Amino acid sequence: MTIALDAPYAVDPRVAIRPEAFGALCYHYGNRRLTFLKSRDMVRVVQALAEHATAADALRACGIAEATWPRYADALASLQASEVIRER
Amino acid sequence: MSASGLVGGLKRGLDAPICLTWELTYACNLQCVHCLSSSGVRDPRELTTAEAKALIDELERMQVFYINIGGGEPMVRRDFFELIAYAIDHHVGVKFSTNGTFIDRAAARRLASMDYLDVQISIDGIDAPTNDAVRGQGSYAAARRAMDHLQNAGFGPFKISIVVTRHNVDQLDDFKALANSYGAQLRVTRLRPSGRGAESWHVLHPTADQQRQVYRWLLANGEDVLTGDSFFHLNALGEPLPGLNMCGAGRVVCLIDPIGEVYACPFVLHDQFRAGSVRDNGGFASVWRESELFVSLREPQSAGACASCGSYDACQGGCMAAKFFVGLPLDGPDPECVHGHGEELLASVDAARRPSAGPGHTKPVTLLRARPTAVTR
Amino acid sequence: MDDVTDVADLHTDRDAGEEMLEEDLVEEISIDGMCGVY
Repeated sequence: MTIALDAPYAVDPRVAIRPEAFGALCYHYGNRRLTFLKSRDMVRVVQALAEHATAADALRACGIAEATWPRYADALASLQASEVIRER
Repeated sequence: MSASGLVGGLKRGLDAPICLTWELTYACNLQCVHCLSSSGVRDPRELTTAEAKALIDELERMQVFYINIGGGEPMVRRDFFELIAYAIDHHVGVKFSTNGTFIDRAAARRLASMDYLDVQISIDGIDAPTNDAVRGQGSYAAARRAMDHLQNAGFGPFKISIVVTRHNVDQLDDFKALANSYGAQLRVTRLRPSGRGAESWHVLHPTADQQRQVYRWLLANGEDVLTGDSFFHLNALGEPLPGLNMCGAGRVVCLIDPIGEVYACPFVLHDQFRAGSVRDNGGFASVWRESELFVSLREPQSAGACASCGSYDACQGGCMAAKFFVGLPLDGPDPECVHGHGEELLASVDAARRPSAGPGHTKPVTLLRARPTAVTR
Repeated sequence: MDDVTDVADLHTDRDAGEEMLEEDLVEEISIDGMCGVY
């Protein structure tokens, strides 16, 4: 499962993100699903999505090493599948 | 996908609880034999509407995503609809559990019109004889009426929750069919010797063979059925059941009782597991984050007597409430330990020294009735 | 709340040899009415 990094995304407005010690909890009020973002970097990336023209731009802006982008792409894909983020 | 890192993190505690249970009232129109909160009579010190709203405001600030509302019977409170609407308006979703008596056609329509609201109806038998032996005469009919009203009002999927007992283990398939017939989701949950449950646990809890039956059934049906992770003690039998399989008390969950007391979980309404009060100076947030009890629960727990058992990693020593109320030490086997270690130990427990939470809010007339005996069928 | 900057700083149940970097960045958790009540 993967995601197009050259597209714009945003967090679904029905999702609340609550920082925790090692990442954040995302709760989707609509589908009641609970997702853990397991690193601070991942949290920053997710929060940066709406402010950038593409997911790749958001990754770059957050200083994420390109070599690790595939892991982030996988993670973003699963967030899209659970409706935490969506293309905008 | 390994969940060990995540589970490890959850065991150390979260900034705010995930499944916060809030019992709105000790008043109840039923007197279920196994009531975990020994409900019946309203406590005069109950949180006022204003206090309840202030608590909801605090939960909103803490970003608690949703609350699990129960009791007693929460719908008995006159401000029930006012409070759940307030919660929803303040970004706190509501999931509430009810015996269904007060879900008439109008209430069902009202509930159906609300969003971010889940409803759960409690029932403990697939027919009136089985159910009413535990929950009281007429309770089965009331629950079924509530389900019908919710369905007719177009509420959508609600939940049906059963507590597994010696007398309904053989009805699991029937419960699944009942839930399917309503397009509802089934929850099966573990009986603990908590509240009034302490009196009836010895005759109501599933036998060792029945526990294995439940385990097998859950393995076969676990995908669609909710358990609230309440059967993780059965993981010592083999392949782990779906779920996080950890005790969340004081780490992921806690309970706020009708008078604002904060306990580690709904099954330990006892001084030993009382963390503080929402009426304390720092409110709920400081109890959740800083109370001695919760801080200690977030320390690594000792396996104690279970350390030498190969199953400890799977079963985590079981449920602390189950151990506590039958008088077993917390750092040892669960009374329903699948290897029988708990049962052995139980034989040497002095029943007179078992912790008791007292009659709680049980209606006095109930206390005068004969103790429940095994149901004859 | 702990002021932890990276999940690698936390002790976990993991084997010593396990590579933290290989773990998924996202995990959906099914915390369904934990403790089986609601």
